[in-house]
Formats: sequence, C-alpha cells, structure tokens
Amino acid sequence: MKKFLALALAAAMSLSLVACGGGNTSSPAASSKPAASSGSSDASTPAPAGNGDFKVGAIYITSQNDVAGYTFQHHNGITTAMKDLGMDPATQLLIVDNVAEDYDAVCSAIDTLANQGANVIFGISFGYIDAMNDKAGEYTDICFSHGTGYMANDTNFNNYFGRIYQARYLAGIAAGLKSKELGNNNIGYVAAYNTEYAETCSGINGFALGAQSANPDATVYVQKINTWGDENLERQAAQALIDTYNCGVISQHCDSAQPQLVAQENGAFGCGYNSDMTEQAPNAHLTAAIWHWNVYYQTAIEAAIACNGDAAKFVENMGGNAYYAGLAEGFVDASPVNEKVAAPNTAAVMDAVRELIKSGEWDVFTGVKLSYNISDDGKVEIIKTDADLVDADLNVIVAAGGPSVDDGVIKGSMDYNVAGVQEG
Amino acid sequence: MNDPIQVLTLFLFNIVLVNIPLLYGTVGEIVVEKSGSLNLGVEGTMAIGAMFGYLAGCAANSLAAGLLVSFLTAGLCGLLFAVLTVSLQANQNVTGLTITTFGLGLYFFVGKGLGERWPAMTASDGLVKGYSALEIPGLSKLPVIGKALFSHNALVYLGIAIALLVWWYLNFTKTGLRLRAVGENPGAADSVGINTLLYKYVHLIAGSGIMGLGGFYMALYMSGSFEGSNCWINGYGWIAIALVIFANWNPVLAVLGTLVFGFFNTLQIYAGPLAGAFPGPLGWLSAIPPQLYKALPFMITAIVLIASSVRKREGSGQPAALGLNYFREER
Repeated sequence: MKKFLALALAAAMSLSLVACGGGNTSSPAASSKPAASSGSSDASTPAPAGNGDFKVGAIYITSQNDVAGYTFQHHNGITTAMKDLGMDPATQLLIVDNVAEDYDAVCSAIDTLANQGANVIFGISFGYIDAMNDKAGEYTDICFSHGTGYMANDTNFNNYFGRIYQARYLAGIAAGLKSKELGNNNIGYVAAYNTEYAETCSGINGFALGAQSANPDATVYVQKINTWGDENLERQAAQALIDTYNCGVISQHCDSAQPQLVAQENGAFGCGYNSDMTEQAPNAHLTAAIWHWNVYYQTAIEAAIACNGDAAKFVENMGGNAYYAGLAEGFVDASPVNEKVAAPNTAAVMDAVRELIKSGEWDVFTGVKLSYNISDDGKVEIIKTDADLVDADLNVIVAAGGPSVDDGVIKGSMDYNVAGVQEG
Repeated sequence: MNDPIQVLTLFLFNIVLVNIPLLYGTVGEIVVEKSGSLNLGVEGTMAIGAMFGYLAGCAANSLAAGLLVSFLTAGLCGLLFAVLTVSLQANQNVTGLTITTFGLGLYFFVGKGLGERWPAMTASDGLVKGYSALEIPGLSKLPVIGKALFSHNALVYLGIAIALLVWWYLNFTKTGLRLRAVGENPGAADSVGINTLLYKYVHLIAGSGIMGLGGFYMALYMSGSFEGSNCWINGYGWIAIALVIFANWNPVLAVLGTLVFGFFNTLQIYAGPLAGAFPGPLGWLSAIPPQLYKALPFMITAIVLIASSVRKREGSGQPAALGLNYFREER
C-alpha cells in the first residue's frame, strides 16, 4: 500500500512538472497573443495571398521561451520579420528548441522541420554547420540558412552574419570619451573568448579602435571566461577587471547584464551587448552594441518566398551565398546613448561616425585612424589621419592609408588583437 | 596598478565571497546525510530557497525576511523528500533528482512568469544594506587576511557559524549522537527508543533549509538579476554533494573543502591577474588551459573517492545506512 502511495505521489509530482512546463510555454504565448493579433490585423490585409501556407523553420540552441540572450534575440527577429511580412508566427513558424551542437541532433531537427513542411530552415548556432551543409544537399527543395557559419552552396544554402564590429566601434567611442572624462585610461572587456574566434576578437578590436579614436591613451584589458554564457563568471570577471586593473568602463561580449550591474555597484560605467542594458543599470550603462536580426530574417524570408517553390534560386535571390551586412543596412547599431551618464557630446560624435561608416567612405580595420574635433557648440569634425593598423605585437596589418582588411579576415581568420588591447 | 599584494588579497577575498554558497549546501547535505538519507536535490532546493527568499526579501525590504523564507521554502523541499522517502519508502536517488528538476523548473517558472514585474535588488535598501560588507573591528585591519577573511557580508560569517554549530551539535550533544545512530543503524536506534521517523523528518527539513540559505546568498551575490538563461545556483548544488564526500561528513572540514574548491573556481578568473602580478613564480599560470580549472575540483573529488574507498570504512564519516530506507515493520 505504501509503495503504491509513493508511486502515486511521484507520478503526481512529475505530472505537476509537466503542468509547469506547459504553463511555461503557454504564458509567453498568451501574453504575446494580443500583440500578434493586432500586428497581423493591420499587416495581414496587404499581405500577398501566397504567404499563407509558407512555413518558416527554426532550430534554436536554447528555448523560444527565453526572456533574454542569444536565442531570444533570434526568435524576436524571426517573429518580427514574419509579422512585418504579414505572416502569422503562431501557425507559420515551426521551431525545434534546445538543439545541441551535435551532428545527429541537428540532422533529426532538420528532418522534423522538413516533415512538417518547412520551406526555409534557419539554424542559429555555429556548430550546426556540418549537418546543415549535408542536409541542404539532401533536401534540395528547402532553403537553408546558417547563422555565424562559413559554409554555403550555389543553390539553396547560404550563411549570414553581421558587421557587429562597426557597432562596437561606436560603443568604443562612448567608452573612450567616458574614460577621458574620468581621467582613467583603463577600460575593461568581459569576453566569452578572445583570439580563439574571429567573432570575438574582431569585436574586441573594433571596440578598442573606437575607444582609442576618442582617447588615444586608452588600454582595453580583456578578461576571458571561456564559455558563451555563465552569469556567475561574467560577474566575477567584471569585478576582477575593476579590482585588479582599476577599469572605469566595462564592455562585454556575453549575454547577461551582470558586467553592467557590477560596473554600477562599483561606481564605474559600461557598454552592454545584444540589448540596451540601460534598464538594468541606469547609472552605469552608456550604450550597447545591438543586432536587428529582423533585418536579415525579413530579407531571407522574402528571398525564400520569391523562389516560388524552386529552392535552388535562394542564393541567387539573396545576391550571393554569404550575407554580411552592417550599419548601412541597419543590421547592427549602437543603442541610444544614456545621456544621464555618458560624457558630453557622445551622441554627436557617434552619429557623425555612424554616418561616415554608413556612407561607405571609411571602415574600421583600415589604415586610416579617426579623431574628433568638438567645437564649443557641440559641432563634431572628424579628422582622418593615415596611420598603420598594428597588432598587439606591433606587426603592421594594414599600412598607413591602406584599404580595409578582407571581410574573410573579419569573419574567419582574424586571430590577433590590435595594439592597446591586453589580455588579463 | 597590479600591485602583487593587492592582487593576492583580492584573489583570497573572492575565494571566500564567491564560494560560500558551497558551504551552506555542503553543511545542509551533511545534516541530511547524517540522518541516513542521500538527498540529490541540493541544486533544486537551493534554487527554490534563492527564488522565494529573494522575492520575500524584496517584498519585505528585509534581509531577515529573506533568510527566513528561503529557509522555510527550502525546508518544504526537505519535507517533500521526507514524505516520499521516509514515510512512503520511495527510492532516494530518484526522489532527489526529481526535487532538482522540480526546483529548477519552479525557479524558471516563477522568474519568467514575473517578467516585467521582477523586483530589482537596488530598489530594496534592506537587502543592499544587509548584504554590504561588515568589517570586523581590529581583525579587518590586518594585512592581506584582514580583507580576505574579515571584511565580508554578514551571511559569510553566518555560514561559518552554522558550520561550526552543526559540528558541535553532531559531535557534542545527545541529540547529535542519536542522529548519528539513526544514520548508522536505524534499527538499533529504534530499538533503544529513538523516534527515527521524527529524527529523519526534522533533519531533512533543517538540512534542506540550510541549503536554501545558500541559495539566498547566491541570489544576493548575483544582485538578484534574473535573466532566464542560467540559474543562479549554476551547479553549486552538485559540487556541494561532492564536497560532502571530500569533507568526510565533517562540517569543519567542509569549510576547508569550500576553500579548496573555491580556490580553483576563482583561479579561472584570477589566473591572468596573478600571472601578471607575479610574472616569475606564477607566470606559468597563464599557460594552463582554462578548461582544466573547470575540471580540477571534480578530479580532486574522484581522487578523494578513490582514497576513501581504499581506506575502506576506517575513519570514514559516511553513515552506514546512507541511502537505505528504513521500514520498521521489515526489521
């Protein structure tokens, strides 16, 4: 009898767990429903009729129910893009959550989405690369699109990423101006990794060059945590940068707002990443490098719809098999400057440089350095100086006046820090 | 900057500050295991204590309220474990894992459910003040160890005090002796008139409550920032279970174990600054692959397990009836 009771209780408990899980999924859906229906009601009228049965598939590294972080940003981007295209994410978006970077797991997720009738499949994590490459060859009637990767073919498989280093350069300006105002040239940077990945070190380098443009004496101290996400280590790393290097501004390449909270607790300042963290740290946060993923997803979904069933035209519709957009396309940007804590004229300088980069006249990793002349009435003049771009070992990467390093370097083979960056 | 003495001081300071939740978890689990129950639900119990303790602390704007609620809610997890395993004779391992899954699930359910209404710790000066450093007069002025050991928040001292208190309770009180008897041989304890059922219930609840305090500490350390991707506890509950073995079921050794595990945990972050501050003797630190720091505490546990199984039962603090359900009618 007692054994039976125990069994029944355990069963009840596991059932309650399932109920929790269910509640978990339904609550964000319920809260987002009014927005979704209102969004589609004003957008669905002009939507082309052909979109109605078009299915978008997505493979996420964590869950669509996240309230912050990498998957959250992508899910938000996909649903925003779909609503803007007059599609209904509730019925037209197919998702496989929590897919590890494991070949078999990704293959089975792709099979699932293919069986459900997905017309385009987005894989958001780097480690999905081989499985997506192989499956793109198998399902030639589906468009495949892989985020942060480098593989592609000439028909139905592309990859996509953005020039986040441009946004980081803008954030670096805010950090540099603040460090100058503070009279403290030490800037900290909590990084998931550094030179192990081009993504991380190009971000660090872009940020450091931006900081140096506003404060030539600035040094960026990098503290790695060797994982993409660990809030506890992110906090420890930020605190260590402030304690051991006396950093007055803390930037970050990690998801959580912990580094900004630590900066605030210590009376320091900071630049966030992925989302505007002014809300979490109103007395510390200057600006954040952010993504507008919906810009890409809208382009890609439109291209996939334009294939009209012939997925082989996807790459042609995308104008190439590697999408790499930046400030000019609105794919990346710096979040609005927190005027309460930023140094004077920060927004004006950032705006001037934003326009310069958007115009295509100048880019971050070139042989031309920027500096600024700010008049008393807040007018910003950008001064361009030819100067070697050198790495931390003082090797010349780009000679003075030279053109930007190759996109392939920024995306794939960059494995150095520029001068003025020091790994702690 | 990079004054070597200061870097060393900060390193030692952080070993204590960041890793005290391990001590709470370990001491709580020692209390539980001494009653003969193996509770693998430490991670979930700490998550529940963290979540509800933090919310209560914010609502009441008081550190004491947070402590009380974290103890009580985590104690409820212990009560659940006791009902299932002591009264209903359910398998202890499975029940413990269930509690971990349940606790983490409830943590995310409540946190995500609150969404925009999530309270910020900065809005509760009761918690901020309660968590701020409390310098012990005199001692905190000592070089290096003054900052490292004697200028922490009140919960650090509370953790040490609880560890010492539990050590005294287990070894020098009559009820402590009876508790150990229940853990070693519940049949024998029962036969001399000890209420084994009551002992197991009380200590499962109290032990789980102590774990919950550690969870509450973690919530405060993380500034109560809920972002929904990581749980605050972040695996500390699992390390605590390993630490129990490392400490040989001795709460005083648990303090030492916490510092040893904390040493490697904090070294992950401080290897760079230490190598920079002591380029001669410690320069090699920066060459060590960081993954090793994550693995080392568990490798040490494995070594301790091997050592303790070689030396068999002699001197081992492991209760003989650990993990075995006691059913007096089958005696």
